[in-house]
Amino acid sequence: MRIAGQKLTGKLAAIYATVIIITIVMLLPFAWMLSASLKLSSEVFVFPIEWIPSNPQWSNYVDIWTKIPLALFIYNTSKLTIIVTLLQLFTSSFAAYAFAKLHFPYKNALFLGYIATIAMPWQVYMVPQFLLMREFGLNNTHLALICLQAFTAFGVFLMRQFYMSIPTELCEAARIDGMNEYQIWAKIMLPLSKPALSTLTIFTFVTTWNDFLGPMIYLTKTELKTIQIGLRMFISQYSAEYGLIMAASVVALIPVLIVFLSLQRFFVEGVASSGIKG
Amino acid sequence: MADTTIIAGDTPVPARRRKVVSRRRRKVQDALIAYSFIAPNFLGFAVFTLGPILFAFVLAFMHWDGSNDMTFAGLDNFWRLFEDKAFKDAFWNTIIYTVVSVPATLACALGLAILLNQKILGRDFFRTAMFFPYVASLVAVAVVWNMIFNPEMGPVNMILYTLGLDPKNMPGWAADRHWAMVTVILFGVWKSMGYFMVIYLAGLQGINSELYEAADLDGANAWQKFLYVTVPQLGPTTFFVTVMLTIQSFKVFDQIYMITQGGPGTSTLVLVYHIYNEAFISWDLGYSSMIALVLFFLVLAVTVVQFRRQKED
Repeated sequence: MRIAGQKLTGKLAAIYATVIIITIVMLLPFAWMLSASLKLSSEVFVFPIEWIPSNPQWSNYVDIWTKIPLALFIYNTSKLTIIVTLLQLFTSSFAAYAFAKLHFPYKNALFLGYIATIAMPWQVYMVPQFLLMREFGLNNTHLALICLQAFTAFGVFLMRQFYMSIPTELCEAARIDGMNEYQIWAKIMLPLSKPALSTLTIFTFVTTWNDFLGPMIYLTKTELKTIQIGLRMFISQYSAEYGLIMAASVVALIPVLIVFLSLQRFFVEGVASSGIKG
Repeated sequence: MADTTIIAGDTPVPARRRKVVSRRRRKVQDALIAYSFIAPNFLGFAVFTLGPILFAFVLAFMHWDGSNDMTFAGLDNFWRLFEDKAFKDAFWNTIIYTVVSVPATLACALGLAILLNQKILGRDFFRTAMFFPYVASLVAVAVVWNMIFNPEMGPVNMILYTLGLDPKNMPGWAADRHWAMVTVILFGVWKSMGYFMVIYLAGLQGINSELYEAADLDGANAWQKFLYVTVPQLGPTTFFVTVMLTIQSFKVFDQIYMITQGGPGTSTLVLVYHIYNEAFISWDLGYSSMIALVLFFLVLAVTVVQFRRQKED
């Protein structure tokens, strides 16, 4: 027997067996979640586990939308994620262009400001940041979370690294052709930096979508909550409704799953390159 | 440029000086353009990141409850660290979490990477499956984790029971002070090993295949090749992964909040959790900032080691 053009040896069989077992273990929590989401709460913990429910409770997936404002939570999260990602992409690539290709006074000092904070955990300054936002009257607003996540040192650093690898002659040629700096950024740099932009998009998307502590500190009004803390609220309110909790969890996972599966190539490349550069 | 000649009036400026003036203008103009590129990001960054960071250092030496007047505390908050038992627990729990979860995640990630670097059918699917827990929403997977590890009804303990484990010796997982940390660490390893596997895969692909051929010629077996080719060649990757994992472990919070709430007792209380409690539960903002500085210096120490090492290379 041959698999993938290789003879099935004992060694290969052992590799397949190991890989398959590990994959099952890794995915088991998701399978359990999916299975439990179609059960009555009283059936969830029945043992031995009935992986495919004999009497699937599709109504769980109907009820969750009325028990909690799940659609609103998803809307809030999507809104925040899209705004933050767009702002991050625009401001980071804009600033990175100047740091990579232009000359101006205090360039190094300003860039040092970014470098010095890149390793600074947000948790170190989350409290003063909260106090500042409260002072600005931004407590319980989405704007607070946007301000918090849209201007990162990481974004500027990542884009600058990429722009440094683009030959400066390209910009000079464009300048001779009469383009101004804004045109060079828009027409030359941006199209060339698609790989870096997609890496940044994915990182920002996942961080913002999955952010937990930020929304937990800033958003206490139900109508402002994101899917993460909304789900958390639902769990504490209906702690015994296991079937419903699992259905809501499945719904919360779906958007990330779609984005991840459609963009995973960039994702894997982005992660891999961060390792090489480090 | 027109106004320079107008200002000059009837005493014409020598051509050379005019050039200097216009060059200086040009420079100012260029700088303004550059600043316009930087401004949108830098202003946001300065106000919402740099400002709060500076404020954090000031706040650590203050007494403040967020509503009354702020008063200077000197080193009060610093000395309090040594008397606060919860801080001591939080500090050591953070260290324990780091010391256990970093090597565990590293070993799992390396093992997975080597396994999935083989030419096998469906390799991309397997890689995707391993990576998925990393991007999955934490709240959703943490709640499943809690159910699976439920001490009375969860499938994990049910399986242990059918395997013949005495119900009296059954681990209580998140509800048991001896097992709570284990539960949280298992979750952390499961969630992030796929991410570091991808980094290791990139490292493995960077190894020159001639090294393996040379080892083959010398008659090395698979284990020897792993030990004398793979491990040393992956040195820089392992270092990078260790640094990232260590910093990530120092900052652990979300999963602990979701799975154990820092308990039972203080058995899984970690630094960020203590910062959170002191700030948003006790409103002791100065002291919370002092704990945050401890976290800062832990991360700084790791970063300094990293910089030194990078300089050597």
